[in-house]
Amino acid sequence: MAKLKETPSQTAGPFLHIGTLPTVAGLRVSQPERQNVLAGSRTLGGPIRIEGQIFDGAGALVKDAMVEIWQANANGQYGSNELRSWGRAATDFETGLFWFETIKPGSVSFRDGRPQAPHVSFSIFARGINIHLQTRMYFPDEAAANAVDPALKAVADPRLIETLIARKETRGADTVYRFDIRLQGERETVFFDF
Amino acid sequence: MNELAEFIRRDRAWHPPADTPGYKSTTLRAPRRALVSLPQSIGELSGPVFGHDALGPLDNDLIRNYATDGEAIGERILVHGKVLDENARPVSGALIEIWQANAGGKYRHVNDQYRAALDPNFGGCGRTITDADGNYAFRTIRPGPYPFPNGDCAWRPAHIHFSIVGATFVQRLVTQMYFEGDPLIPLCPIVNTIRDSKAIAGLVARLDMDAMQPFDLLAYRFDIVLRGRDATYFESGGH
Repeated sequence: MAKLKETPSQTAGPFLHIGTLPTVAGLRVSQPERQNVLAGSRTLGGPIRIEGQIFDGAGALVKDAMVEIWQANANGQYGSNELRSWGRAATDFETGLFWFETIKPGSVSFRDGRPQAPHVSFSIFARGINIHLQTRMYFPDEAAANAVDPALKAVADPRLIETLIARKETRGADTVYRFDIRLQGERETVFFDF
Repeated sequence: MNELAEFIRRDRAWHPPADTPGYKSTTLRAPRRALVSLPQSIGELSGPVFGHDALGPLDNDLIRNYATDGEAIGERILVHGKVLDENARPVSGALIEIWQANAGGKYRHVNDQYRAALDPNFGGCGRTITDADGNYAFRTIRPGPYPFPNGDCAWRPAHIHFSIVGATFVQRLVTQMYFEGDPLIPLCPIVNTIRDSKAIAGLVARLDMDAMQPFDLLAYRFDIVLRGRDATYFESGGH
């Protein structure tokens, strides 16, 4: 039995950038703020770019959100030195696009020891979101691993699993995984509770 | 501590639900399907680590950290408290980021349309990391209330936004702190997304005269509770 109750959540509001990504809000701050670039030249694994947009129930772009990601390194470990496992990006005020430069993560065990397919954990914060939304991005080129992934198997409707699988695009020399998030509608993204 | 001990499940009835018609912005942004519940694996039971060397000396002093030719205008306050988990254990090393309007209720943000004036010496952005006992403190000014479109014109009580990154992915929390005695609190549609009055009370900082600094700052105390591990793991050594 818990002794204390968790502090309740409140929306991050439309001006969340001031505290989390101040240069996006327009503040003059000197600190380097490449919070959406996780990998460098010494990072193990295949460099990838993740990008996407967030859509509301009317199909409109959500242009005032913040997206955080958390992922394992190429060996399936969290918190290694060569990869910044945690990243943060704003959706662009004009285009609604968020993006990260990282590497494709390795496989990590599920709680019961079964392997999970490579995935990136997402948390979404915005005006109109009372408590942050948690989801996962999976990779379309991991069909065999995805088919036995315990988290994806927990999604009852197989059509909804598709909302968690990015689309792969090759853009010049870059590998881009496109991951759009839909807050409502027929293709509403699956959100998790841990 | 068993690092694979699971955290107590989030009490979703204590937190605001996703769809709260009184707060209009949720109408098109609240997911309609139920959340899919998963056990916590290593990815959910780990998180980023922040070093105190990442902080600048004025990062937790909003009175001075954006000042160019003087200090920020407004009621000078200390906002302080302790970050605990649900088992009442202090959470050290937690990253706390805050943001707020200035004394006139205006945010320094390219998208803020409110007519109130900016304070040239106030940015409204602060951050710190909790110490070994879970303590944190900010020097700032008391923010002003401001109106926002919510069908009609609603008013926000004075508040400070808090973002907390604890030790693990599942402890992540973003919330808002209010001020004891503010008559706008019970009128606010965003406050009222929370159904339980005891939960709302936990967001109201108390005037703390023991911590006031004579002839300088009034003090408000705001303790924060993050999720804690399921105590049955401590007793049995894990399942």
